[in-house]
Amino acid sequence: MGRTLAEKVWDDHVVVKGEDGAPDLIYIDLHLVHEVTSPQAFDGLRQAGRQLRRVDLTVATEDHNTPTLDIDKPIQDPTSRKQIETLRANAAEFGVRLHSLGDAEQGIVHLVGPQLGLTLPGVTVVCGDSHTSTHGAFGAMAFGIGTSEVEHVMATQTLPLKPFKTMAITVEGELRPGVTAKDIILAVIAKIGTGGGAGYVFEYRGSAIRALSIEGRMTICNMSIEAGARAGMVAPDETTFAYVKDKPHAPKGADWDAAVEHWKTLPTDDDAVFDAEVFIDASELEPFVTWGTNPGQGASLSASVPDPASFADPTERAAAERALEYMDLEPGRPLKTIPVDTVFIGSCTNSRMEDLTAAADIIRGKQKAEGVRVLVVPGSARVRLEAEAAGLDKVFTDFGAEWRFAGCSMCLGMNPDQLAPGERCASTSNRNFEGRQGKGGRTHLVSPLVAAATAIRGTLSSPWDLAQDAEVAAFATGEDA
Amino acid sequence: MEKISTLTGPLVPLERSNVDTDQIIPAVFLKRVTKTGYDDALFHSWRQDPEFVLNQEPYKHGGVLVVGHDFGTGSSREHAVWALRDFGFTAVLGPRFGEIFRGNAGKQGLLVGQISDEAKEALWAVARANPGAEITVDLETRTATAGGVAHDFQIDDYTRWRLLEGLDDIALTLRDEDAIAAFEAKRPSWLPQTLPVERGAQ
Ligand code: SF4
Repeated sequence: MGRTLAEKVWDDHVVVKGEDGAPDLIYIDLHLVHEVTSPQAFDGLRQAGRQLRRVDLTVATEDHNTPTLDIDKPIQDPTSRKQIETLRANAAEFGVRLHSLGDAEQGIVHLVGPQLGLTLPGVTVVCGDSHTSTHGAFGAMAFGIGTSEVEHVMATQTLPLKPFKTMAITVEGELRPGVTAKDIILAVIAKIGTGGGAGYVFEYRGSAIRALSIEGRMTICNMSIEAGARAGMVAPDETTFAYVKDKPHAPKGADWDAAVEHWKTLPTDDDAVFDAEVFIDASELEPFVTWGTNPGQGASLSASVPDPASFADPTERAAAERALEYMDLEPGRPLKTIPVDTVFIGSCTNSRMEDLTAAADIIRGKQKAEGVRVLVVPGSARVRLEAEAAGLDKVFTDFGAEWRFAGCSMCLGMNPDQLAPGERCASTSNRNFEGRQGKGGRTHLVSPLVAAATAIRGTLSSPWDLAQDAEVAAFATGEDA
Repeated sequence: MEKISTLTGPLVPLERSNVDTDQIIPAVFLKRVTKTGYDDALFHSWRQDPEFVLNQEPYKHGGVLVVGHDFGTGSSREHAVWALRDFGFTAVLGPRFGEIFRGNAGKQGLLVGQISDEAKEALWAVARANPGAEITVDLETRTATAGGVAHDFQIDDYTRWRLLEGLDDIALTLRDEDAIAAFEAKRPSWLPQTLPVERGAQ
């Protein structure tokens, strides 16, 4: 019987096959490290007198705590400063490559691997961060791990793991203009629920996925964890090879040819069987938004806030009731009438060049809605440089947005970028949990296009609404639309 | 991890049940960057009370903690185990434990043994009659002896074996070091390395 992509990558990395229910020992090709989940792991190595087995398969960056303003000044918050300083000391002591604030390669850990060409098809990637699933966009097996496991990988470059189950998520058809990868994954999560993927590795397949750029695929794989999956993958293809080629650490010359030859064997065999399957029709999707406090509580932007009574499942009903109370929303209210205080464009879900370009194209030459704060945070210093070279910073600042330095920023508010209690935000990030972006803050997850349209109109809006606005304006002034 | 066969120390009675990990170590201490140095965080709010058992002289340095039902329930924080260990506890005995706590303890070399209700009451009585009395926990025979009476305790075979052998997960994996090295020798040469640093176009 044929094998799936996930099974092939797994088989390629078995160091010791577990017997009698014991886990397999799996080799790790790339270990990404950041300041929040690494200090206790380094401390554990120190206590046991151990070294990193492979510093040459490890790279660290600073992202969760870093400020996005005044990055040349000392970090204000003492706990954040301490975590950063600890990472710097540990990296120096153990010989780990570190990209610090101010370095051109610094940024959110899930942007650093891909842009350096360290994330490749068919490799295994781990990081003490649940959104490590992002790297699956290349056809890598990538997942988040806990602090004890971080230490385990540092010491042994392996992890004892039980095989996962596989789920095919097939998205067929053509997306309408204005509908993006973010809308696909929000629709997937709304369909299967926040626990629907527990125990599975997802493989995203179908014509709509094939048509996506690598950046769009990263957006989708990133949020696999929000459906409870351990990892999400997309089979490598010509799009993948073109993206990877010539990246600093990607194979070169004869190595490149050998690599591509191997990568072409990775896609799931025709006769392979998945443990579960889900189908989505891409042509039916609309711009999507979450109304609740978990990523599964979402709907098309053209819909209204649901009535909790409409949920058959009592747990879901109670969750919806609690969510609406926290979000201060009443059932039946059209989602497009909801005004926001803040728009956040950033996070490892949507902070790459493609995301920033898409948002900039919508706002170019326009002004943000009055009273709305718009924060644009490129995911990495490299993206920031590229965006500035393309003049995007000017587009954003002319619009009235704040153009910041790279990091996680308002995705989780560990740095000063936070929502005030009661503030409402349209955010391109991945989690709308209570208080995630600041104590008492209210988050609506959206695509960069919806974020941009919302920043212009001041209420949750899709790019489709802007076109309509233009028609109405033209009609009022008697111009030809 | 150190090998454990017998542990001897003061019998410290914590005469409470349903002690969740939030009570063992409050969330405010999770922002720290070390895996050690949590002794002051252990039972932080209770220790504000001078009457609390750990503030009494014979118990100030840890030993073997004997607890009530459902110790270590709630949040999964590994910090709860680190705090107990840092304070000086080598073992915790009680009738029922939170599963995640028990698992974390096994990873960190803190012996968690399950005793009967009668044994728990008997051990508490020993401490009341004779504060600071010694207890000896024997992992080989799975018995805890105090006041001249030996009580059985339970611990799963796999965890017991790992504690007796002093094997943490890392040490266990390192037994397969030859297999790891052999695997590494066969990795394709085109797989990338993070060092030396290749700077891309600036
Ligand atoms: S951007 Fe948000 S989700 Fe991504 S790594 Fe940072 S904190 Fe985590």
